[in-house]
Amino acid sequence: MNIDWFFIIEKIALISGVLALSLGVAMYSTWGERKVAAIIQDRRGPNRAGFMGLLQPLADGGKLFFKEEIIPTLSHRFLFILGPSLAMLVACMTSAVIPWGDTLTIGGRQVSLQVADINIGILYIFGVVSLGVYGIMLGGWASNNKYSLLASIRAASQIISYELAMGLSLIALLMLTGSLSLKDIVEQQRHSYWNVVYQPLGFIIFLICAFAECNRTPFDLPEAENELNGGYHLEYSSMKLGFYLFAEYINMFISSALMASMYFGGYSFPFMDSLGLDANLITILGFVALFIKIICFLFLFMWVRWTIPRFRYDQLMRLGWNIMIPIAIVNMLLTGAWILYKQG
Amino acid sequence: MQALTDRVKPVDRRPLNFVEKLYIPAILKGMGITFKHIFQKKATVNYPEETRPFSPVFRGLHILNRDEEGRERCTACGLCAVACPAEAITMEAAERKPGEEKLYREEKYAASYEINMLRCIFCGFCGEACPKDAIYLTETFAPSNYDRKGFIYGKDDLLIPDPKKK
Amino acid sequence: MNTQQVIFLVLSAISLASAMGVILSKNPVTSVLCLILTFFTIAGHYVMLNAQFLAVVHIIVYAGAIMVLFLFVIMLMNLNADVEPQKRNWLKYAGAISGGTLLVILVAALRDASMPSLQSGSTDIGLIANLGKTLFHQYVVPFEISSVLFLSAMVGAVVIGKKE
Repeated sequence: MNIDWFFIIEKIALISGVLALSLGVAMYSTWGERKVAAIIQDRRGPNRAGFMGLLQPLADGGKLFFKEEIIPTLSHRFLFILGPSLAMLVACMTSAVIPWGDTLTIGGRQVSLQVADINIGILYIFGVVSLGVYGIMLGGWASNNKYSLLASIRAASQIISYELAMGLSLIALLMLTGSLSLKDIVEQQRHSYWNVVYQPLGFIIFLICAFAECNRTPFDLPEAENELNGGYHLEYSSMKLGFYLFAEYINMFISSALMASMYFGGYSFPFMDSLGLDANLITILGFVALFIKIICFLFLFMWVRWTIPRFRYDQLMRLGWNIMIPIAIVNMLLTGAWILYKQG
Repeated sequence: MQALTDRVKPVDRRPLNFVEKLYIPAILKGMGITFKHIFQKKATVNYPEETRPFSPVFRGLHILNRDEEGRERCTACGLCAVACPAEAITMEAAERKPGEEKLYREEKYAASYEINMLRCIFCGFCGEACPKDAIYLTETFAPSNYDRKGFIYGKDDLLIPDPKKK
Repeated sequence: MNTQQVIFLVLSAISLASAMGVILSKNPVTSVLCLILTFFTIAGHYVMLNAQFLAVVHIIVYAGAIMVLFLFVIMLMNLNADVEPQKRNWLKYAGAISGGTLLVILVAALRDASMPSLQSGSTDIGLIANLGKTLFHQYVVPFEISSVLFLSAMVGAVVIGKKE
């Protein structure tokens, strides 16, 4: 059998790189969240651990690891542990199909900065994201606590409801691009305008649904800290709680990357082909450009969190089913009509 | 109903019009407000390194004063305890023995003097009541503690150090 | 044995074991989880047949949507109660007869079916573009009829929901 060892090493390096990247960004998102909260509220934020509090995520992680681990006696032990693990696993799996950059040429070999360019990239993300509900539901049920159960049902119905509108808003985009591969979508935007120009309404719907999918304010009812008695992770402590919270930040990072790739040109940036620079340098610059876009989205997530109050549950459901889905369908029809008109 | 002040603002209870029902303008307005706060002056200080300036009349923890020769001024007359509205001060008096003239200024002194800092309201009446200028309020406040006992300050916590015993 | 056969055998073993787990486990939640695992292995089989679209849709629809609803219902049941209603005898017989009939039909159908060995990569029907073309050209009428079926199901759900 002829196994291309270089290929395997390359992919393993890429996978570990992407995983380390998402974990690192998620770690520093917690720091960023607290810093953004502080500066918006005219405070200073964490500044004790290291320069500007940059070691704060390490301190938090260390604290969570050494906290006492409590598993309720009457819980379903296996599922109780499976819940957060599943949430984390699913969050880490999504990053596989996101194109982090164009190809690098190392020693005459083309190395694509994308773990897997499968022709159904977006559907893969949807499939994986739809599994994220299991982590929440199993955790809430296995705790054997009615408040956890209610919160997990709340979370699951919210995520299912908003997945619909999200999918519908994406269909309009896919009709335009004609491809489900994220790489193709980014490459198309490289030679033309960003998709947000063609799909402003679709982008807004996707953005709102992304907020709901990541359980972020104003849709953070699954974990309303103050008024709804915690959330599905009510009985969790130590690093299991940390995993749930961490998975959420990874989801936030991935959805930012997704929005940047699908609507804001991904790793492409204006005039990237007319600069006349070395191809490898352009690739690295493209990666930086993608990262800047992602950080802008992360900041938007945090900025909204510290501005807008939480929805009531019936308002949330009404927004999802009575407003978002009809608008998404109308957007889809308009896009279809426009494509037909263009074709003549 | 008659307005009590001239600052009354009537509440607009008209139903929302279409643009308002979209909520988007209101959300953007709110986000603009929070964005403005990013550039505003911080309201907090880095506490242990920086402290806020105290006003000259700030009333903090008490001290028991000594005179120029390092003798305790307090004679345990009890006027501060009487003046205290929170009843935070207790003391026991004792008679000065011969040979203790270096320690206590008058013939009578406070053998024990306790202030419960959890009861104290830092009004400063004790200092006003004191005929011997023995008790003052300083510009520090009580540090945190793990149990209530730690907030009952005895004589050794309150007395300022002897200026002669350096 | 090449790699594909190994993967196929492992996937099949897991799917059979988890399918057995669905009917053998006492706890309904475990049953649901076993069923989800079965769906995953079946999706794996789709991937081996080069039908990535089918695999992902299988996961989205079955594991991601339908089983979530199953789990919803099961979680709201009181699983601690031991009082399981006594099943009547005729119910058991009916179950045995209908299950047996299904088995007979399946065996009869599979006995005559020709099973050509599939060459991996030879078929591209599971890829999204080909599948879409087939669905909307060759099978457009059945496709639309099934969408009418879904519409009627939705209308029915709304009617039931609006009753009060």
